[in-house]
Amino acid sequence: MLRTKALTLRPGTWLVWALVVFFLVNVLGVIGSVVLDSFGTTWFNGWSPNGYTSSNYSSAWNEFDLGQVMTVTFEITFLVVGLSLLLGVPAAYALARRSFPGKRAVMLLFVLPILVPPIAYGIPLATVLYKFHLAGSLTGVVLANLVPSIPFVVYTMTPFIEQIDPRLEQAARMCGAPTRSVLGRIVAPLLLPGMLAAGILVLVRTFGMFELTFLTSGPTSQTLVVSLFSAVFSAGIRSAQSIDAMAVIYTGSMLVLLVIALRFVNPTQLVARSRD
Amino acid sequence: MISELKLNGISRAYGDHRALTELELTVHGGEFIALLGPSGCGKTTALNSIAGLLPLTGGSIDLDGRRIDTLPPEKRGFGMVFQNYALFPHLSVRRNVAFGLRMRKVARPEIERRVNAVLDLVRLAEHAHKLPGQLSGGQQQRVAIARAIVLEPPLVLMDEPLSNLDAALRLDMRAEIRRIHQEFGLTTLYVTHDQEEALSLADRLVVLRAGRVAQIGTPAELYESPRSAYVAAFMGYRNILELTAEVLDGTRATVAGDGVKLVGTLADERDDGPVCTVGAPVRVAIRPEDLRIAADGADVVFEAVAEIVEYHGREFQVDALTRTGQRVHLRTDERVATGDRLALTVDPRRALVFAGGGDGT
Amino acid sequence: MSALAAAPPRPALRHRLAEHGVDRTLLLMLPGIVAIAALFCYPFVYGLGLSFQPSKGGVFGAYRSFFGDSFSSGTIATTFGLAIPSSLINVGLSVPISYRMRGDFRGKRLLLTLLVVPITLGTVLTAEGILEFFGPVGWFNLTLQKLGLVSAGAPMKLINDYWGVLFSLIISGFPFAFLLTHSYLSGIHPALEKAAATLGAGWWQRFRFVTFPLLLPGLLTTFCLTFVLGFSVFPSAMMVGDPDGKTHVISIEAYEQALQNFDYPQGCADAMIMTGLMLAVIALAMGIRALFYSGSTGGKG
Repeated sequence: MLRTKALTLRPGTWLVWALVVFFLVNVLGVIGSVVLDSFGTTWFNGWSPNGYTSSNYSSAWNEFDLGQVMTVTFEITFLVVGLSLLLGVPAAYALARRSFPGKRAVMLLFVLPILVPPIAYGIPLATVLYKFHLAGSLTGVVLANLVPSIPFVVYTMTPFIEQIDPRLEQAARMCGAPTRSVLGRIVAPLLLPGMLAAGILVLVRTFGMFELTFLTSGPTSQTLVVSLFSAVFSAGIRSAQSIDAMAVIYTGSMLVLLVIALRFVNPTQLVARSRD
Repeated sequence: MISELKLNGISRAYGDHRALTELELTVHGGEFIALLGPSGCGKTTALNSIAGLLPLTGGSIDLDGRRIDTLPPEKRGFGMVFQNYALFPHLSVRRNVAFGLRMRKVARPEIERRVNAVLDLVRLAEHAHKLPGQLSGGQQQRVAIARAIVLEPPLVLMDEPLSNLDAALRLDMRAEIRRIHQEFGLTTLYVTHDQEEALSLADRLVVLRAGRVAQIGTPAELYESPRSAYVAAFMGYRNILELTAEVLDGTRATVAGDGVKLVGTLADERDDGPVCTVGAPVRVAIRPEDLRIAADGADVVFEAVAEIVEYHGREFQVDALTRTGQRVHLRTDERVATGDRLALTVDPRRALVFAGGGDGT
Repeated sequence: MSALAAAPPRPALRHRLAEHGVDRTLLLMLPGIVAIAALFCYPFVYGLGLSFQPSKGGVFGAYRSFFGDSFSSGTIATTFGLAIPSSLINVGLSVPISYRMRGDFRGKRLLLTLLVVPITLGTVLTAEGILEFFGPVGWFNLTLQKLGLVSAGAPMKLINDYWGVLFSLIISGFPFAFLLTHSYLSGIHPALEKAAATLGAGWWQRFRFVTFPLLLPGLLTTFCLTFVLGFSVFPSAMMVGDPDGKTHVISIEAYEQALQNFDYPQGCADAMIMTGLMLAVIALAMGIRALFYSGSTGGKG
C-alpha cells in the first residue's frame, strides 16, 4: 500500500529527480573524461582513448616536479590549518561568550574576508607582499591563505562554543579551578570535535584555494592546484594526457581529504559557514 | 457539530515496530476525550493518524458515516493544536488565526468577523497585531487554540498542549481549554501524559499502553475501578504489592506474602486476562490515602517503619518500609515522626487485586 | 559637603567596563583581529591609496582609464552577464529540488556527499574536465550526435566560449546553492507545514504562504554567496572561456593589469571597482532581505 504510493510520484517529482540525475551525469562525465584520458595513450576522437598506459603518471610526476609541489602543498596547508585554529578559536570563544560594545563591528571585520572575492583583496595583498619582499615565498602564501581561513574558523566555531553550557565553566570555577585549568581541562576537550571539524574544513579549502595562492606564489611556493592551472594554461608544449594525470593526482588527494572530512563533518558543513 | 467519529481498528506500524494497534473508539459530538499514557505509548501516533499527518497501515476512520482516512489532512477539516504550537513565525497573530479561513477563500469581512470573535474568546484581541515571537507561552498557546477552532472544525485535536507551560499557567490554561470547549461546543480529542489533566478535563479517557488500549471509560470508572495494575498505577494507586492468592471467595480474595496478609477485592478483569487462582501470583494496588494507620482493635495488615515524613498542611505524606524492605506510601492526618513503627490497615473494598504478577498486565 | 554628597562617586573604571561586558576574555580576540587587520584591512587600504596614485592621469587617472576604455569597462557587463544568470539558475533550481528532498529518505547522505564533490574539486579541475567533456569531440557532443541533435561536422561550440564558463559556474555553484538551501529548509520546523495542512492548505498553498516566506531570507543569502562565486570567476574564465573576448571578466582585467603589466595602481583600482560593485549587489540583496521576516524559523532540535 505504502510502497505503491511512493512509486506513483507526481510529474513534478520526476522532473526534479531527472534534473538531479542529469546534473550528476554531467559531473560524472566531467570527472570521468579527465580520469580516462589520464590513462590513455592518445585520444583524438571517439568514445574512448586508442590505448591505455600508466606512463602519463610517471611523466607528469617528473615533468611537473610533483614531489616538490606536493611537499610544498602540504607544508602550506598544515601551516594554514594550525595558525588559523590558533588565531581563530580564541576569538570565536570570546565572541560566543561575551556581548560587548562593538561586537557587531568585530563580526563585520570577520565576515568581510569571506564576502569579498579573493581576487579583489588578493591583488592589493600581493602588492603589499611584494613591498615587504614576501611575495613568492612560502611565508607569503601562508599569510595570504590565513585571510579567509581565520574568519572561517571563527564562524564555524562560534555556534559550536555557544552550545556548550557556560555553567560547566562556572561549575569548574566553583570547584576551585583557575582560568588555565578551566580552559585546558573543561573547554578544550569539549571543543576538540569542533576544532577537528573546523581544521578539516580549512584543510579542504586551502588545498583547493586557487586565486590567493596563484597571486602570491612564486616558482618554489606553488601548490598543486596552481601548478595544474599553469600547466593547462601553457598547454601545447606538454601532452594533454600528462596534464590530466596531474589533474587526477589532484582529484585523488582531494577525494582522500574529502573522505576524511566527511567522517567528521556533515556534508552541508562543507559549504554552510554557520547556522546563523 | 458532528454526531460521531468512528475509529475502526486503526493501526500504524513502522516496519516491525507497531506504534498503534487496532484502536477502536467512537467519539460523540460535544465529547471531550483524553488519550492518556506514558511517552511512547502511541498516543501522539494515534492523533497524527486521525489528523491525516501519518498514513494508516490498517483500519479506517468514519466521520458521520463518511470514510475520511483516504483524505489528505487539508481535506479533513480538523483543527489541531500542536505541542510546540507551530505558529507561523512570520505572520501576526491575526494572520495566523485567519490562515485557515484564507485557505478556504472565505470573504474578507467574514474572516474579519470570525477572527475577531475567536480572538475575543481566547482574550487576545489587544495582541492581534503582534508576531508570535513577542508573546508569552500561555498567549502563544491561546493563539494556537484560536487558530484551530476558528474554522469551527468538527473535531479538535490537541497534542499535549500544556506540556511547555509552567505549573501555575498550566492550571489556568486547563480551565481555559475546558471553558473554550464548552462555549464553542467543540468535540475534542486531547493527548496527554498527565493523569490529573486528563481526569479533570475529559468526559472519557482512553488509556494506551504500547500501542494498545488498556482501558476506556469515564474518569470515575477509571479512578474507581481500573481494570489492570497498569491503569491503576496510572490512576494514582502508588502502592503496588506483589503477593500470592491464598483464599478466593466470590469477589473477595485473601492474599499474602512478604509478611503481609490482607483481604482485597478482585478487580473486574479483562476477558482475555489471566484468571486468578489459588496459589497464583497477584498484584495488589492501594492508593496512599486508603492505607490507614490502624485504630486499636482493627485488622492490622502489616507493620512498617516510617522513613520519610513530609508535612503537607492538612496531612502528612509518609514513606515507610515494611519488615522485608518493601516501600509503601500513605497519607494520614495523625502526627507521625521518622522512625515510628506504624500498624497499617486497609479497607478490603479499597485494595484491588489483579491476577498475574511480574510485568504482565 | 552637600555638593560632594549630591554627586555620586564615579564608579571605578573596571566596574563601568564590566557593566558593558568588557573583561579580560576579550583579549582572546586580539590575535585574530590583529591578523585580519594586518593581512586584510591594511592591504585593502594600501591598495585603495595606491589606486589614487597612478603613473599618469592625476588622482582619478586609474579609474578614468578603466571607465574610459571600452575593453576594460566592458568587463562589468561581461561579469554581470555571467554572475546574474548563473546565480539565478543555481538558486532557482535549488528551491524545487531541495523542497522535494526535505525529510529523510534512503541514500540521502550519499546524495549530499555526491553533490559536495564538485564544490571541493574546485574550479580548476572542473574547468579541465569541462574542456574535455564539453569539447568538440567530447562525450557531450558525441551523445548529441548519437541522438541526431547535431551533425558530426558541426559540433556545438561550448568551450572557449561564454557557455563553458556558465557551465563551470553551475557545476560548482549549484551544489553550493543546493546544500545551503537544503540546510535553510531543514531549519524550518516541519510542524509548521503540518499545521498549515490541518488548516486546509494544499501543497502549493503550504509552499506559497508558509515555507517560501520563511525560506526567502535564506534564499537571498544563498543568492549573495553564489553571486560572489560567479562575480569573482577567474580560473575557469581563463581556461574554458574566451579570456580576451566574451569572457574577459573584471577579475581577469585586474589580474592582467597588476601582475602581467605590473601596473599596480591600475590593478588595485580594478580590484576596488570590483569590490564596490559586489558590495553594492550584496547591500541590495540584504536590503530586500530586511523587508521580510527573518527571525527564528522553529529550528529542528
